[in-house]
Amino acid sequence: MADLTLTNVKKVYANSVEVLRDINLDIKQGEFIVFVGPSGCGKSTLLRMISGLEDISAGTLEIDGQVVNDIPPALRGIAMVFQSYALYPHMSVYDNMAFSLQIAKENKANIDKQVRKAAEMLQLTPYLDRLPKALSGGQRQRVAIGRAIVRRPKVFLFDEPLSNLDAALRVATRMEIAALKEKMPESTMIYVTHDQVEAMTLADRIVLLSNGNIEQVGAPLELYEQPANVFVAKFIGSPAMNILPVTINKVGSQTNLAIDATTSVNLPLQLDKKEEGKKAQLGIRPEDFTMTALHKNDVLISGEIAFVEALGESTLFHVKTELHDELVIAKFPGVWDIQRGDALALAAPAEKLHLFAADGNNYSQ
Amino acid sequence: MLTSSSKKSSLTWLVHLSVFLLVLIWTIPTAGLFVSSIRDKDQLSVSGWWTALASSEQKVVYRTPVPDSQIQEADQYVLKGNLFADSNASVSAFGFSSLKPDAFVVGSTATMKKGKTLTVQANGDYVVTSPVPFTKRGQRIFYTADVPPRFTLDNYREVLGSEGLAKSFINSLTVTIPSTVIPILMAAFAAYALAWMRFPGRALLLVTVVGLLVVPLQMSLIPLLKAYNFIGESFGVGSKTYLGIWLAHTAFGLPLAIYLLRNYIAGLPGEIIESARVDGASDFDIFRKIVLPLSFPALASFSIFQFLWVWNDLLVAMVFLGNNEEQLVLTGRLRELLGSRGGNWEILTASAFITILVPLAVFFALQRFLVRGLLAGSVK
Amino acid sequence: MAQLISALLVMCIGVFGCALYFYGANLLLDYCFPAKQRPYDVIARNLRIRNAIRPWLFIGPAMLALGLYFIYPIIDSVRLSLFDRSGEAFVGFANYQWLFSSTEFFESFKNNMLWLIVVPTLSTFFGLVIATMTDRIWWGNIAKSLIFMPMAISFIGASIIWKFIYDYRSGDDTQIGLLNALVVFFGGEPVAWITVPFWNNFFLMIILVWVQTGFAMVILSAALRGIPEETIEAAVLDGANGIQIFFRIMVPQIWGTIAVVWTTITILVLKVFDIVLAMTNGQWNTQVLANQMFDWMFRGGGDSGRGAVIAIVIMVLVIPIMVWNIRRANAEMEGR
Ligand SMILES: Nc1ncnc2c1ncn2[C@@H]1O[C@H](COP(=O)(O)OP(=O)(O)O)[C@@H](O)[C@H]1O
Ligand SMILES: [Mg+2]
Repeated sequence: MADLTLTNVKKVYANSVEVLRDINLDIKQGEFIVFVGPSGCGKSTLLRMISGLEDISAGTLEIDGQVVNDIPPALRGIAMVFQSYALYPHMSVYDNMAFSLQIAKENKANIDKQVRKAAEMLQLTPYLDRLPKALSGGQRQRVAIGRAIVRRPKVFLFDEPLSNLDAALRVATRMEIAALKEKMPESTMIYVTHDQVEAMTLADRIVLLSNGNIEQVGAPLELYEQPANVFVAKFIGSPAMNILPVTINKVGSQTNLAIDATTSVNLPLQLDKKEEGKKAQLGIRPEDFTMTALHKNDVLISGEIAFVEALGESTLFHVKTELHDELVIAKFPGVWDIQRGDALALAAPAEKLHLFAADGNNYSQ
Repeated sequence: MLTSSSKKSSLTWLVHLSVFLLVLIWTIPTAGLFVSSIRDKDQLSVSGWWTALASSEQKVVYRTPVPDSQIQEADQYVLKGNLFADSNASVSAFGFSSLKPDAFVVGSTATMKKGKTLTVQANGDYVVTSPVPFTKRGQRIFYTADVPPRFTLDNYREVLGSEGLAKSFINSLTVTIPSTVIPILMAAFAAYALAWMRFPGRALLLVTVVGLLVVPLQMSLIPLLKAYNFIGESFGVGSKTYLGIWLAHTAFGLPLAIYLLRNYIAGLPGEIIESARVDGASDFDIFRKIVLPLSFPALASFSIFQFLWVWNDLLVAMVFLGNNEEQLVLTGRLRELLGSRGGNWEILTASAFITILVPLAVFFALQRFLVRGLLAGSVK
Repeated sequence: MAQLISALLVMCIGVFGCALYFYGANLLLDYCFPAKQRPYDVIARNLRIRNAIRPWLFIGPAMLALGLYFIYPIIDSVRLSLFDRSGEAFVGFANYQWLFSSTEFFESFKNNMLWLIVVPTLSTFFGLVIATMTDRIWWGNIAKSLIFMPMAISFIGASIIWKFIYDYRSGDDTQIGLLNALVVFFGGEPVAWITVPFWNNFFLMIILVWVQTGFAMVILSAALRGIPEETIEAAVLDGANGIQIFFRIMVPQIWGTIAVVWTTITILVLKVFDIVLAMTNGQWNTQVLANQMFDWMFRGGGDSGRGAVIAIVIMVLVIPIMVWNIRRANAEMEGR
């Protein structure tokens, strides 16, 4: 019952910088949507426009088919959890959670019931009388979430809710948020983060933003397996995907790419005749490489190892190649007895290769 | 190493000493005022307050009571009594004429005209004898006495009562309390609007406030005085009313109040205010339930400022409340006493101490907030 | 007692009246433009109206007060300065002519300049010295608190305190003023200090220095504590001695604060009239502008033209500081 539709939404701040350009997005009830992107790309701005804290410069925002551009935050049926928690420092946990209901002048018994229910759900019952400053970071975050739950909103908005927590707590709280979503399947949640792991683990669908544009919308694995463009390809996955300059040799039932003068590779991809001879970009994920020997004819890339990062569970090789200045990264599970300065030959299965046009868009879409 | 550390410690001593001297210079004036205000007024006028603990030598004229108490002993009429009513001073010399007030040592007998004699003992007992009955006024006795230090609250009793300080004290309170509370209310609302609400002209208003911070009061006085008189006449009310002075103090305090409070309120975390907005609070709710409680330190520092400023103000009070007896505030009263009782230090010191008592108490109790406010107001 | 009760009553009316305005006005606004149980577009419109009006409800009273007690009087002062003593007949620049040809004005202007140089300088200097010294002794806070104390005393109270110190008894009478007692103790002749032209100005200035040093000290002490410890440690490693560290490392880092303290006291100096009024009322060549203006407000029933002219002179002296202040505040707000 809470569908969100953004149509041609723009944001221009007073200094006339266009922060968001032409955002179109449909969000269905019950979805867990994550806005992800590098910092400064406009994620918070978009979320705050949905919440009503920022004006929408152009375009419309509909909630359940109702244009709400001019409706203030409180009447949009949304609740927001802020990065800094934004707890009211002078109120007890109980009062923090009850505040919105008190403002809405609900009756006391009802308020009490809602607050206690939410506190129970978040294991906050023993702390109801405390002031926020007497709580740990994780507990504060839970109070902030509880404050949102109490309002029974149609849409939950989270703005980087985990960034102020330390690493261990972040993982635990992430699981709690996932569990919370399970308990409230009918609530829509929109979650902003710059951390791709949070995005991948939490989202039903990820909205990847950069520079005020939506780069791609899709399920996490969709973004991983079929990145719409080089930006998405490099943003999702760690270490980032290697991008190599190539030339399209021949099109047909397969596409033949020249990697260098002597190496070429065939991709299971049918391209238009006019693409022949054009420059393109070949993407290979570090974890998709396989190791091979120099003289074998499946060698895709070879070069000297510039340095090795042994992480225990896997090993990263940074390889200096003749192809371009950037080092190619290859990732293999386990520990390897290969040193800096050694030569390394890499192969990759053709179906794991991604081909992007010179302008960055994925050829397969 | 040794020399450098001994040099260091002598330097430290120098610092201790200098600070001690400076503190002494800064406190002695006030200490002198206080000590003087509780001294006996006769002692105050003849010896410095720093001698308050030593007994002072006083030259006094005493006149014996009317002759009713004379008794007849043989052929002499005798007057007996003691020079001192209650204290235990001691007489060192005495005499019977103003030309030689200390002609005789205690215990000796002075022979006066017409066969009269006068004997004064060290403890003040005197005996006057005369061959004929005492008829007219009492006999004058001049004596020099060492009076032990005497501390008294008489000065305070006098100024509070007959000099009208008690009334002025209440007047000062009547002026000060609303003049402190009203501008806080007005400034807090304005500061919130300037910090967190969007409306056209906000930047201009802020600049105006900053500009008005330094405008001298003098610039406003004459037109306001005229306006007050005009309003007073046209409505048939007096032009010197408490309401009038409250409004004046309120307005004069506003620029600083708005500036201080805006700086503080603008520094509150924005997410808390947005969170309240999402929770459905209107700006009025946010102000009352979030901003006001969180701004307590800033409100406290400004109220102390304003309280001290209004309590200590003379100019605004003279112009807007005038100097009629009924409404005179403490500072105004002091000024008047300075004119009418310029030489009576017992009155001036006690009155001055009463006026500075309240601000000093406020100062020492709430110094922390005062300092914080000062810093917020000037250092950024 | 009756007075106390009526005073309380009057106070309550004043304070509650003000609170009532804010409460009532906001309630009225919400009542006139309801945002509950209405169609969405009505709610949206009503809320827009509310948000447009509410800032003015908040800021209105303050703006009104500032307008009536600052803006209007400033304009009217300028007007009155061109009118005669009763403010009725236009006299052109006659008041200005009078002012610039009167010896009294030049005397007070000269004295004011003297005050402007001496008081801020001495207060800031003592404030800085005391702040530096008290920061390194264990009873520094007590010392600061005692030196800060005169801030709480009214100028008229301070005047009485110091008048008592300057007290003079003629002839062989025992001096009960501390200063003359000291002079006599060291074998000098007692002096009626506040009647000695020129030098008496300094005896009045001392009072303001005594009051204001605490202010300078508190602010400079905070600024000194804000200096990063590393810069001083670096200077020590570079072999600087205490004096060098103070003047070449510490003072340059707090120039901004020193300037603020200086200007704040400067403005105060221009406004203070109570001290002169109480000590000499301008006799013995101690007149200053603020007191002269006060004098003309009431002298012979008051001369609004001449009073206004003197007020304008004071205002003009303040304007450079005002401009500086505004530019500083603007820079600060852009930095936000
Ligand atoms: N109030 C504002 N005024 C002007 N520019 C802003 C404002 N808020 C954010 N921006 C700019 O908009 C861009 C996007 O900001 P934001 O949405 O906060 O990014 P993020 O994706 O890191 O959350 C940034 O470049 C930021 O500088
Ligand atoms: Mg952000």
